[in-house]
Amino acid sequence: MGVEIRVEGLTKSFGRQVIWQDVSLTIPAGEISVLLGPSGTGKSVFLKSLVGLLKPDRGHIWIGDRDLPYLPEGQLYETRKLFGVLFQDGALFGSMNLFDNIAFPLREHTRKSESEVKRIVLEKMDMVGLLGAEHKLPGEISGGMKKRAGLARALVLDPEILLVDEPDSGLDPVRTAFLNQVFIDLNAQIGATFLIVTHDINTARTVPDNIGLLYQRHLAMFGPREMLLSSEEPVVRQFLNASKIGPIGMSEEKDESELEAEAKMGHDPGKLPSIPPQQMPSNGLLRAGMHAPGAWCAAHGVTPPPGSFVDDLGRNWVEEWPRYVASMAPVGASSAGQPGGMPPGGPGQFPGNPPPGRPGGGAGY
Amino acid sequence: MSTPGIGADQRGDKGGGSSATFRKIGDGAANVVVREPGRFFALCLDTGRAVFQWPFQWREFVQQAWFIVSVTVVPTMLVAIPFGGILSLQVGGLIRQLGAQSYTGATAVVAIVREASPLVTSLLVAGAAGSAMCADIGSRKIREEIDAMEVLGINPLHRLVVPRMFACAFVALFLNGLVSVVGLLGGYFFNVMLQGGTPGAYLASFNAIAQLPDLLQAEFKAFVFGITAGLVAAYKGLNAKGGPKGVGDAVNQTVVITFMLLFVENFLISTLYFQFVPSKGM
Repeated sequence: MGVEIRVEGLTKSFGRQVIWQDVSLTIPAGEISVLLGPSGTGKSVFLKSLVGLLKPDRGHIWIGDRDLPYLPEGQLYETRKLFGVLFQDGALFGSMNLFDNIAFPLREHTRKSESEVKRIVLEKMDMVGLLGAEHKLPGEISGGMKKRAGLARALVLDPEILLVDEPDSGLDPVRTAFLNQVFIDLNAQIGATFLIVTHDINTARTVPDNIGLLYQRHLAMFGPREMLLSSEEPVVRQFLNASKIGPIGMSEEKDESELEAEAKMGHDPGKLPSIPPQQMPSNGLLRAGMHAPGAWCAAHGVTPPPGSFVDDLGRNWVEEWPRYVASMAPVGASSAGQPGGMPPGGPGQFPGNPPPGRPGGGAGY
Repeated sequence: MSTPGIGADQRGDKGGGSSATFRKIGDGAANVVVREPGRFFALCLDTGRAVFQWPFQWREFVQQAWFIVSVTVVPTMLVAIPFGGILSLQVGGLIRQLGAQSYTGATAVVAIVREASPLVTSLLVAGAAGSAMCADIGSRKIREEIDAMEVLGINPLHRLVVPRMFACAFVALFLNGLVSVVGLLGGYFFNVMLQGGTPGAYLASFNAIAQLPDLLQAEFKAFVFGITAGLVAAYKGLNAKGGPKGVGDAVNQTVVITFMLLFVENFLISTLYFQFVPSKGM
């Protein structure tokens, strides 16, 4: 389940303005990745390039054995069926109500009967908490509802890859947390590859398996969550701590004098904040793509900052993890990957399962 | 891990004053002369290919045709009546002095069927139908609906543009007929009621100069105008950017560009028509 996306030497410019160049990364199949970057670094452009809406100047995007930017039109449309995309404000069709919007891909690409379409649409609407709003028009609902409806529409064809553009923009923190939980649960359920573009540091710290950071027209870093959260690299450190101290300035990069002044003032990036535990699925499934907490740090000889991987209830997830996996294993083997599969014991069977919508209590940000 | 290239080539584009201005002007000129027409032509070719994609979107076609009819019929009639009247007034006076008053009807038919009705049709198709279509497609583009459609594996040219283009051409055919009839009625009214012409002479001279190919070429023009208006509206709408103002700009440009193209097309088709179809002798 899930498809790997391999990006090689991707470069994009509009006219003379280079957006980013030589971006190379591999988004692992079935894992959740987050792409960060200061405003205006072309994160959305990157997302649109991944689905072939924008053609890069150079480079390759391999989806399986297909090189997306150079596919003939027919194959491109075929390949796009692997994707579900959630646009910034949902991009719902204004002339259709929510039900028809969400049913649209099913009616276009499948020969399902109308009753089956209805069943699937209502199931997805229930999943994003929109039951009862089927007959509303996109103009009549709030931004958050549009976003959730857009997510439901992106999900109806059971995509292998889900691209999400700023799920948190214009959403309150509670809804953002719920939406994050939906992503995690979905990933556990359908095993798709996720790429989320966001500005929300809380999301970036607790949701993904991998983090990437675009800065100054380049991919500054891409790798496992723990690698970036424990990184001493000034840009990565400043961004992931939402700090004013560091090389990123208000408009672009701080110049020499500003950095010197900062140093004279005695500003010190300080100790690295602790690494929060990752959010767990709330539907009792085990995510196939999840990395064991602390595994990267241990493998690379990095000592995580004190207090890392400890959740609200004071449990250390490095120690909890084997027990958690053991408690989930029989379920994960039989029903992970089956949509809607529930373990016999129901959700929350393992006492350490953090409550839905509550990211683990990472201190220090 | 290092951050490759940080600090490199980031201030590369801020060239010096005058050369930057020249470059801007050069870019603008290249854009107007080469790039925009090129992109428009590419869109026309893509749309031409999408025409043969199965299945044709009949529903969208009917809805759009109805929509275009609803925004164009009344204005078309209201423009056509004074048009016929003014022709009668202008030509009628002259023709009376020449003593050929019985030919007023003939001049009215030639003027209205051959030239006036395609022109009035083009005005309405560009001004009312084209602008409305551009606004519709442009606002969809701004709301990322077009992108979403493409991601869902649906070609917007096939789904949105082709039915609109044909709806526009289809309605233009009928608008042209409508303008001819209403214009002639207007001319008749002014000639008979205000200039004291005789109804019999007006009607009898109808086919003195005019012939059937005149009507056919007018219908052909109307069809071409409809297709052109649809394509320009689609091109500008699909390339709208920069929020609501961008849509407004696109609509504005659609109307201006369509007008210019339609007048040029009208001239070209008329010229060719006179080359190929000999005028009727009296």
